[in-house]
Parts: sequence; C-alpha cells; structure tokens
Amino acid sequence: MSELINFDEKSIKTWSLIGSRATFGMVSLDLAKNVKDLMILTCDVSTSAGLDRFRKSFPEKYLDVGIAEQNLIGIAAGLSSTGYNVFTTTFAPFQTMRCCEQIKVNLGYMKKKINMVGLASGLVLGNLGYTHCCIEDISVIRSIPNIAILSPADCTETVKAIEASLSYKSSVYIRLTGSQNNPIVYKNDYNYEIGKLIELKSGKDITIFSTGTMVYESLEAEKILKSQGISCSVIDVHTIKPIDSVAIVELSKKSKLFVSVEEHSIVGGLGSAIAEVNSSVNSSPEHLIIGVPDKYEISGDYGYVKEMYGLSSKLIAKKIFDKYKTL
Amino acid sequence: MKKLNENELVKIKNFSKKIRKHILDMALYAGASSSHFGGALSIVEIISTLFSHQMNLNKKNKYLETRDRFILSKGHACLAYYAALCEIGFIKKDELKTFEKNDSNLLGHPVANKELGIEFSNGSLGMGLSLGIGLCISSKKKRNNFNVYTILGDGECNEGSVWEGMMAASHFKLDNLYIFIDRNNFQQTGSNDEIMCLNDLKAKLISFGWNTIEIDGHNINEISNALNLNVKNKPTAIIANTIKGKGFSFSENNNNWHHAVLTKSTYEKALTELENYE
Repeated sequence: MSELINFDEKSIKTWSLIGSRATFGMVSLDLAKNVKDLMILTCDVSTSAGLDRFRKSFPEKYLDVGIAEQNLIGIAAGLSSTGYNVFTTTFAPFQTMRCCEQIKVNLGYMKKKINMVGLASGLVLGNLGYTHCCIEDISVIRSIPNIAILSPADCTETVKAIEASLSYKSSVYIRLTGSQNNPIVYKNDYNYEIGKLIELKSGKDITIFSTGTMVYESLEAEKILKSQGISCSVIDVHTIKPIDSVAIVELSKKSKLFVSVEEHSIVGGLGSAIAEVNSSVNSSPEHLIIGVPDKYEISGDYGYVKEMYGLSSKLIAKKIFDKYKTL
Repeated sequence: MKKLNENELVKIKNFSKKIRKHILDMALYAGASSSHFGGALSIVEIISTLFSHQMNLNKKNKYLETRDRFILSKGHACLAYYAALCEIGFIKKDELKTFEKNDSNLLGHPVANKELGIEFSNGSLGMGLSLGIGLCISSKKKRNNFNVYTILGDGECNEGSVWEGMMAASHFKLDNLYIFIDRNNFQQTGSNDEIMCLNDLKAKLISFGWNTIEIDGHNINEISNALNLNVKNKPTAIIANTIKGKGFSFSENNNNWHHAVLTKSTYEKALTELENYE
C-alpha cells in the first residue's frame, strides 16, 4: 500500500474529475514534501502539466528548459547522475520522439535514471491533428533497452505509477491517456507493482488485455459480451515493458481467444508485446489486436475519433463477438 | 588570473607529448579497424591542460561528489581521452592495447565506466553540452562547487541540440561551465565551409550570452589563461583554433586522417617526428 500519497475516496474522485494531467500536477505537491532531491523539468508546458502551483510553491525544485526536448533529456540525465530524482514532462510526442536518441543514449545505453511523463497521449488531442495525437510512443520506446513503460488505466493508477516509478531501478516512461472526467477503474487503494498485470474480471472463454483508457472500455465490453453468453477475463496491463510474460503464458492455457485493446497504433504497442510472448506458447490461442490502424486518418473530438476507430465499448464488444463466432 | 609558471608549462608540454605517443600506439593497435586520428590530435593540448593541471579529478576523488567533471562531447576523439586517463592512472597502459578489440572497455566512442574515469557514454554528437548543463545546475544547487569541462567539435555544432544547450547554459547563468569548441575547420567529409559553414562562430556565441574567448588551441598558456578568467554569471566558451592531425607532417590539415589506418612504417616516421616536436 501507499506510503507517500493518501488514496482516500475523495482524492480518487477529485483525480478522476480533473484528469490525468492535472492529477500529475496535484500529486507533485505531495512528492515535493516527501521526496528528497526532487526535480521536475518541463518544456514550457507547466500549465498543461498541472504544475502551476508546484512552480510557485517549489521554485527550487522546478526547472523550465524552454521548448527544447533534446536538451530536456540531457539536463535531466546530468541531474540524475548526481543523485536527483528527476521527472520530465511534456506532451507525449515531444517527450518521446523529438528526443528519442537522447533517450536511447542517456537512459537506455548509459542507464541514467529519470521518470518521463508523456502528457495527453493517444487520441485526446484529436482536434489538434496528428502532430499532437500520439499513437506511436509505446512502440518507439519499447525498442530501447532499460526503460519501463507504464500505461495507467485511470487517474488512481496514474498516481500509483508516479509513486512506483520513483523507486524503480531503471528509467520509466509514464504514458497518460484520457481527458477530464476520466472514468474510474480503481475506486479504492490497491496493490500495484510495476511488471505485474492485474486481472480485474475472471472469465473462461476469452482474455481481454487492455491498457490506459481502454481498460474501462474493455470492462464495459465484458458486460455486453456476458449478456451474449460469452465469458471474458479483463486484464489491466499497466506495465507494457517489462511485460508480465509469466502471467500471459498462464492465461494462454485457459483462453480460446486473446484480445488486446489499446489507444495506440496496432504496430508495436500492447498487442505486439502480448503477441511476442504468445508466439512462443505451444498451441497458443488466436489473438485479435484492437487499436488505431496504421494510418493518420480520422480527426475530430476525442469521442468521435475513438468511435470512428472502433474504440468504444460497444464496438469493441462487437469486434470480439464477430471474431469469437469464427473460432 | 593565475598564470602558469615555467615548471607547470613544461609539465603540461611533456604530458602532451605522452598523449601523442599513446595516440600513435593505439592507432597502431587498432590496425585495419582504423581510428579517429585527426580529431584526437587537435585536442591534445586542451585535454593535457585539463587533465594534468586544471581539473580537480584524480584516482582518490573519483567517487566524490565534489570532483570536476569532463565530458568529451565529440566522443570520436576518445584516443586523446583514454591516453589522458592512462597518464593520470585510471587506465593501465596494457589496457590501451585493447582499443576497439572484442569485449574491450575502450571502444571507438567512450562508454561510461566510473572505475576507468569515463564519466559518460558519448559518440552521438550534440549531447554532451546538455549533460554538462544538468551537472552544473546540480553543482550549484547542492553547493558541491565543481566545474564542468566539455569539448565539442566544430562539425558537431551543426547539430541543433548544441544550440538548445547554448541558449540554456547562458539563461541559467552557469559560470561553472567551460566548453571548448575544437575549431579545426574540418568535419568528416570536408571542410566546415564546404559542408556547413559556421560563419562568425564567435559572434554567434557572444549573441547567445556566453563569455567567449578565441585562442590558439595548441598554446598551453592561452588555454590555461582562458580557463581562469573567473567571469561570473556566464558560461565560458573557448573557441580553440586548432590543426586537425596536429603534430605529424602527414596528418596536419589532411582530412584523409579523420578516420584512418596507421601503418607500421607511418608509425615509425611519426615517432621520429614526435622526438623533435616542440
């Protein structure tokens, strides 16, 4: 259970209301009081990261490096090498891809430890276009050794991920998805461990692996499928790297069908991570990968884009139902 | 400003000579896999002044937070770096023979290894300055009072990330940061002017808010003086005008020696020239 942060009912409701980005900012105030040698770095996005209060209250723990993400990672690695606990934060595409090689060399190759927070990943900025949507970050970061990838299911799990990243042995990338009024998956405090998936529903026919905002949608899809007589397990894969391969192998033995659901490209993300494990299992179940197709196509508000890509609970349930009938 | 006395000057000159000898030896050990010869020779006097005189870095303080930090941002010039670490006792002479060999600690670009005194992995250009900025901020915040010394290549200054760092270092008033730009006027496939000209580099650095000094990068007195001006609230950039391949008639200003194979006969010729090098 938690040591730094209080997971009471009121906090959980507040976090959900304000969304994951503002939750990061709110929790940073607790970290400032409890974490030694904390530094939070941003690239001119303090407001978007919910850090305005932190910036005013703890100016000595805050550093804005301007709109310069390559420099951000280098400075963070330099600070980390002298013992600072560093968080970097900016919008997900700039946090991961603009400075991808700095991440490779400083964090992967040289193993300097920092915690990167990717804001507004996935499709939430759909009306700003694909410069700001981020459907590639998991895939890109997953190929770099020595970096863990966390993808929280809701705002409570965002707080868990932030807290757990501090004591984790390697650098961590925390991918934040969703918007304000983020649906709650975890209503109470619970045990969270990086690298250990969580089975939220246990069923006998199908295993649905989901991550980020798609965990809630998958839980809703499970209800629909249950009413159609199909029994599903729903798994929160909050850690995409290192993937919980032991648990996945176990689940493959009892499932007729694997499904993965993610607000990310179908290339290189959760689906790929599961498939890489599943492919080594004897008589492994067939695997349906649900995610954003390999193209830059649909734009518009968050709900519209998700619906058009089939990432709502109803459409997820339909895809699974159709696939299950072909088995 | 504290100027070098005659004894100090002679000591650094002798150190430089030993560095050039190690560079020749390692280039020979590398054999057919070849080595970045020219760009290592252009920084010999800079690296010698830093390691034998200027920096508070030795085997005794290598784990202390207060030690000065060195970053070879132009990581391909590592022959000079390994040679200097050998001379101050971090790397054994025998280990230099493993340069670029299978499973060596001494690859063609530095790989971080505290025990050997290699602070950071470098080789991908344009990253060292940012690391230095993080270190300098930490030095001030934690009151560890160490300095950071970084060597960049002039070709390296093509990288946009260098200029992100240039902006930030002066914005954060990092007067504990010293960078050398090894201005040998060449990059891999040609002169700076042919590939990507830097125009008035000094004016650029001044406009970015740096204490900027231009020196002869092979003149030890000028190097030492530039490092000891104690300018407050500004980082210091030293444009070191150097000669690529400096020290040997066959390699000076000859860009074929950017990355090349040193044969036994050329090695012998170089040894004779080194004997007479002033």
